[in-house]
Amino acid sequence: MGRFLIRRVTGVIVLLFVISFVTFGLFNLVPSNPATLYCGKGCTPEKIAIIEKKLEIDKPFLVQYGRWLKAIPLGRTYGEGDAINVCPAPCFGYSFKEERPVSEIVSAAFPVTFSIAIGAFVLWIVGGVSVGVISALRRGSVLDRGLMFLTLGGYSLPSFFIGAVVLYYPIIAWHWWPVPVYVPFTDNPIEWARNLLPLWIVIAILNAALYTRITRANMLETMSEDYIRTARAKGLSERKVIFKHGLRAALTPIVTIAGLDLGGLLGGAVVTEQVFNFLGLGKITIKAATDYDLPVLLAVTLLAAFFIIVANLIVDILYAAIDPKVRLS
Amino acid sequence: MSMLVEDAVQPPSSAPRAFLDVRDLKVHFPTDDGLVKSVDGLSFTLEKGQTLGIVGESGSGKSVTAQAVLGLHKGTRAHISGEIWLDGQELVHAGAEDVRRLRGSKMAMIFQDPLSALHPYFKVGAQIAEGYRQYHPDASKAEARDRTIEMLRRVGIPNPDKRFSDYGHQFSGGMRQRAMIAMALVNDPSLLIADEPTTALDVTVQAQIIDLMKDLQSEFGSAIIIITHDLGVVAEIADDVLVMYGGRCAEYGTADDVFYRPQHPYAWGLLGSVTRLDRVREERLRPIPGTPPSLISVPSGCAFNPRCTYAPLNGDRCHTERPNLVQVLPGHSVACHLSDQQRTDIFRDEIKPTL
Repeated sequence: MGRFLIRRVTGVIVLLFVISFVTFGLFNLVPSNPATLYCGKGCTPEKIAIIEKKLEIDKPFLVQYGRWLKAIPLGRTYGEGDAINVCPAPCFGYSFKEERPVSEIVSAAFPVTFSIAIGAFVLWIVGGVSVGVISALRRGSVLDRGLMFLTLGGYSLPSFFIGAVVLYYPIIAWHWWPVPVYVPFTDNPIEWARNLLPLWIVIAILNAALYTRITRANMLETMSEDYIRTARAKGLSERKVIFKHGLRAALTPIVTIAGLDLGGLLGGAVVTEQVFNFLGLGKITIKAATDYDLPVLLAVTLLAAFFIIVANLIVDILYAAIDPKVRLS
Repeated sequence: MSMLVEDAVQPPSSAPRAFLDVRDLKVHFPTDDGLVKSVDGLSFTLEKGQTLGIVGESGSGKSVTAQAVLGLHKGTRAHISGEIWLDGQELVHAGAEDVRRLRGSKMAMIFQDPLSALHPYFKVGAQIAEGYRQYHPDASKAEARDRTIEMLRRVGIPNPDKRFSDYGHQFSGGMRQRAMIAMALVNDPSLLIADEPTTALDVTVQAQIIDLMKDLQSEFGSAIIIITHDLGVVAEIADDVLVMYGGRCAEYGTADDVFYRPQHPYAWGLLGSVTRLDRVREERLRPIPGTPPSLISVPSGCAFNPRCTYAPLNGDRCHTERPNLVQVLPGHSVACHLSDQQRTDIFRDEIKPTL
């Protein structure tokens, strides 16, 4: 276990370096010059040169990357004289568009995305698994067919559509629910949940459909296994047979996809944040992309990659705990 | 224990004749392709301390019979009729919950493939202890553990206190089947059904498992039904033998009757396809030609007629009229249209010299 962890964590760090290098390199290959974008009207070559110097895009690529890396533990400043911009450690770059260090922008957006992701995750796991189990136990019934038809809807409708419907009808048109704004959990947990609920529902509908189908399929397969017959032959009640022996085996594969989905969502729920105008990682990513704010894009890309990689690692460790056949070595 | 006999549904024909008395058992499954008559009118009896071997090819209805006795078809779409009397209690018409409460306590079952029959995510010991606590709800976890370890030791698993915490995949094939036997016997059932208990095991381990079952039977005095297509296993352990073909009984008698005086051409075929190490073999084994019948469209007349060498001796009869199970000697019945004389002659002249 200890050796496994050391090996995997080392792998994670190496992978993050590779991703940062590749991302950094890609942005440098892009044939447009950020300096001309920031320069605005009445731009002169002299002005551009000054901006380029400040952004440091006049330096060779490797020097830029080296300075970017060095600033993470040490922090740094940009520019000289009066127009100095301070970026304290850990410095992941400086957004001249927002005139703030990237770490500040990202750490303001992350709690929003995290709040959206965690609530939606709980909702879709609970909803998807329970509907899947009910469908499996009532296989072929009207209820099963109805539920499967609904999940097909959740499965195939795009998130911007579901998001717009949830935002428009119950909230804007019928006033059933106040227009959601982000309230930090630490300020007021109840308001936090109340405002986030519509976003949770939108994301949960999208994801629960898949989980319902997987749970149903796994459950049907499990319930026809020999060990379920053994459990029945022992005289266990049907409740125990289903919820102890059946569910235990049916849910194990779900851990894998659940972990990866949560990891992916933590990188930003782009469409839902956009529809509800929540300033999470997804929304600032879109903004940075339209503004050509490369330092922010770089940081968000890295963070999203980091969540996926860490989710993978956690799933592997969890799997060893829940599946006795898997041994970490 | 309350007895639930639904007299209104079906009047009890008469008092049960034995500890286990199965009468005219039918198990039919409606499917899209038609009605599958897996078991179609099967009767047998079994006393405590006795062993009945049910033999037949795959798909002859052996396992379905066993699962019907255990009530595992209750709540499914299977149509079950007939009577199953276990220790004076009728099970076919009893409620699902009443039969469930007999499973694992009064009757228990061992399955064919012990790896897939053990739950992959629970410890072997915990699975056995779960069965014990099901019928000893007042037992503490420690008591259930002690009982489990005692059972594991009794079925011959070394270091049972350590093996308690292992998972099924960490056991060898023979050990897994021993653990399954321990699980089945943990509540001292008086009826044990073993469905092909040795099929997935290698031959030396098969012998150990059969010996173990014999030992346990003499110790606990339970009735055993052993389902197998391996006549060697039946010869080892069974007192009575029931030969099944196409969901019905072809021949039923004591093991001596069926092995030394077999009457049914199908039984001759089964015996002819057994390897014998105590004989010098000049010829190859003789398989029974053809394949077992589809249980959706069983051949008319005698189900065995398409594969029977002797069917033409009776003109059309084997194709048109289903033979009834008739007693040829006390305790020995056969369902065949051949006359006593024909069967005796054929067996003496054609079959016995080649066995």
